[in-house]
Amino acid sequence: MSIDIQYFAILKDQSGLSSETLTEPYKDPAAAYQALREKHNFTLRQENLKVAINDEFANWDTPLKEGDSLVFIPPVAGG
Amino acid sequence: MSFRITETPIDTDALKSKLEHPKSGACLVFEGWVRDHNDGKSVDRLEYSAYKALANKEGQRIIEEAKQKFDIELAFCEHRIGTLEIGDMAVWAGVSSGHRGSSFDACRYIIDEVKARVPIWKKEHYAEGTTDWINCASTP
Repeated sequence: MSIDIQYFAILKDQSGLSSETLTEPYKDPAAAYQALREKHNFTLRQENLKVAINDEFANWDTPLKEGDSLVFIPPVAGG
Repeated sequence: MSFRITETPIDTDALKSKLEHPKSGACLVFEGWVRDHNDGKSVDRLEYSAYKALANKEGQRIIEEAKQKFDIELAFCEHRIGTLEIGDMAVWAGVSSGHRGSSFDACRYIIDEVKARVPIWKKEHYAEGTTDWINCASTP
């Protein structure tokens, strides 16, 4: 399975990456974030993030499919 | 599209002219500018970034909601991203309506919802040389 992840803002800074491709079979965004938080030492906890799959807001337990694009959304601060 | 993320300076004249409508007797415009301080710290500049694909969708939804909730004719909003200096305009929201009350309400709704929901982030660069992602740095 291959999932594309894009990083923004503090997650981009902390990982040092704009994007990466996951090949491990994470069942949902929650499982993927748990692993990536550990890998990149992300400071934000899952409950303070939102998640998007294929450019639309999604749930943490939405099953991931081959080719999905995944974005973790830190607390926003427009304006 | 009534909402747009832009990398270039916001063209306020062009946006305001889009609000013209024969049924409109009121026009309300909000501009958000970069200020030189936040939370007691002196700010040199701001760096905005956005998840453009979703930001444009969510911004468009907010404009549609404002048109449903309030008796207005037209509404537009643009948010600039990239590096902005003190005094630069970061966001523009404008509404026109038959009477002023609904324009005030809708304009406030749009800017409040954009700030709360649209995936845009702001990194403050302080005079002392440090930086912070607003709403993220102190959140565990």
